[in-house]
Amino acid sequence: MKPSTRRMKVRDEREGSPWTGLGAVLTKEMADHLTGVRMLILEMLVLLTAVGTIYTALQTIRPGSNDEFLYLRLFTTAQDPLPAFVFFLAILVPLIAIALSFDSINGEFNRRTLSRILAQPVYRDALLMGKFLGGLLTLTMVFSAIWLLIFGIGILRLGVPPTAEETGRALWFLLGTIFYGGIWMALALLFSTVFRSPATAALASIAVWAFFIFFWNIVVGVIAPLLGPKQITTLDQLVAAGQMQMILTRISPITLYADIATIMLQPTERFLGFVLPVQLDRAIQAPLPLAQSVLVIWPQLTGLIAATILLFALAYVLFQRQEIRA
Amino acid sequence: MNDLVLETRGLTKRYGDFTAVDHLDLSVRRGEVFGLLGPNGAGKTTTILMLLGLTEPTEGEVNVLGFDPARQPLSVKKRVGYMPDQVGFYDDLTARENLFYIAKLNGIPRDQIKRRVEEAIERVRLSEVIDKRVGAFSRGMRQRLGLADVLIKNPQLIIMDEPTQGLDPELAHEFLSLIHSLKEEGTTILLSSHLLHQVQAICDRVGLFSRGRMVLQGTVPELARKVLGGAYRIQLETEGSAAKFRKALEGLQDVNAVTVKDGRIIVEAQKDIRADAAEAVVKAGGRLRGLSVESQSLDDIYTRYFEEAKHETVN
Ligand SMILES: Nc1ncnc2c1ncn2[C@@H]1O[C@H](COP(=O)(O)OP(=O)(O)OP(=O)(O)O)[C@@H](O)[C@H]1O
Ligand SMILES: [Mg+2]
Repeated sequence: MKPSTRRMKVRDEREGSPWTGLGAVLTKEMADHLTGVRMLILEMLVLLTAVGTIYTALQTIRPGSNDEFLYLRLFTTAQDPLPAFVFFLAILVPLIAIALSFDSINGEFNRRTLSRILAQPVYRDALLMGKFLGGLLTLTMVFSAIWLLIFGIGILRLGVPPTAEETGRALWFLLGTIFYGGIWMALALLFSTVFRSPATAALASIAVWAFFIFFWNIVVGVIAPLLGPKQITTLDQLVAAGQMQMILTRISPITLYADIATIMLQPTERFLGFVLPVQLDRAIQAPLPLAQSVLVIWPQLTGLIAATILLFALAYVLFQRQEIRA
Repeated sequence: MNDLVLETRGLTKRYGDFTAVDHLDLSVRRGEVFGLLGPNGAGKTTTILMLLGLTEPTEGEVNVLGFDPARQPLSVKKRVGYMPDQVGFYDDLTARENLFYIAKLNGIPRDQIKRRVEEAIERVRLSEVIDKRVGAFSRGMRQRLGLADVLIKNPQLIIMDEPTQGLDPELAHEFLSLIHSLKEEGTTILLSSHLLHQVQAICDRVGLFSRGRMVLQGTVPELARKVLGGAYRIQLETEGSAAKFRKALEGLQDVNAVTVKDGRIIVEAQKDIRADAAEAVVKAGGRLRGLSVESQSLDDIYTRYFEEAKHETVN
């Protein structure tokens, strides 16, 4: 009893702000990312896919056609053999996020800088948070630049300025993209505290990524029927089974991101997930106003944030307990 | 009380069943250089980590400069400089950039950072390479940069884990004189080391560690008295048989033991009683050929202590 109460007391009485030194760590991390070769390679990669897909999309998008959402088409139009830019984003954003943070903590450890840094008047909280925010801000900067580039190309080639509605939707999608990056970054950060070797941390992160990209839908296809009744006889059961499947697929951040992309970039989409033909009939094919679309993806956005916080908290707990000696 | 910079009481660290540090009572006074000695795995590094609040003690109390490192880690770390046993830097940054980061983490005001960094680098004589990447630094340069890193915050207490490890004799000597000059300025220093003659050269007091316990603590002569039974060893060379003077020498004051080896007489004494010994020999009718005194080296103490300890565990 006694030691545990004492430890609680220590926690409560911890002096000063846990974020002392956060600014210093954040600046250092961002400077490292922005000047590093690693970031340069990643930037080139995104830039190439962005320019490539936008260029091919522009082949099919006719300026002056009575499409309301020309600019959003830039993100979603695919032309053989190249998939749309959103597709690339769903795949590349996790890789970039992982690449930025798979060696955050174990890298410091292996360079033997960790004990020296933690001997300065800062808490481990500030170090971990600074690393996470540094990565996330870098990600934000890169993708904001890409968005600007896409809109710039659009203005040049389409000849019409984007509408407020389009800009708003693109910005919400940008926000979704950053949160989507955040969850992978938190995952890689977690692995970087768990595994002493950065290579292992990177591999573990990529294994999770590959699992969700390639296998999750298969897994859901196998387990969803097991959770429901053996024989579907009523409509209610059919709906329940369909909904169960939807819930399971949404465990994957990729599904959540795909939902956000669908609703934000294709305003005529009004429903997510399992829809019965009866319901569909009632759905008019008119685009949904932006505010309504935001409401539809709200659970997805908050889901991404919640998962990110959860992963970060786990990394935090593990890091607090870690022995820092070499 | 006030001149104690560091004090631990019953400090204990257990890893599962294994006790790395066992009820340690340590006190370091203001302005002294204290050396922690002990074989590998004795618990020196663990102790140091607990002093800085980098590892939580299982039991016991620590007081560093009036603060408890577990509760007030920021206050402790603001005032205490720590040089780990393996100092690492960001290899792709320059020496200046590395120290800038540390200065910022310490919350040193922006307008002072540049000056403080340059002063610290100057102090360890690295000014010429201040804008070179640390990746290209030699072991000795890194070690000195490690000291500069500690000096940035103007610490009241510096804790160094094996500071001269891996340095060539010349560099080690230079490093020791740096430590000495810090002491002259009033900084308290706690260091751990395996290199006994170095410790003896600069430490005011030493603590001998063995399997998590502090088995001996004090100045080198004090330890010598405890372990070797005498702080002084006086050698006499006489003409003729040495054995017959033995009685006379044993009768002197402050003598612990007299032994005869290879025709020489060795007197172990608590004081330098060379004059008395010579007189005793002459009075007993002998003629003196040689007379010398050797003060005890830490090496002897260390070897003797751990030999005895081994002996005891074997029996
Ligand atoms: N995280 C840990 N888990 C279990 N045992 C540990 C841990 N860290 C240290 N030890 C053990 O604690 C003991 C003391 O280690 P410590 O590093 O303090 O010794 P040291 O005196 O610094 O040795 P050296 O001279 O080799 O540096 C060692 O036996 C070590 O194996
Ligand atoms: Mg050690």
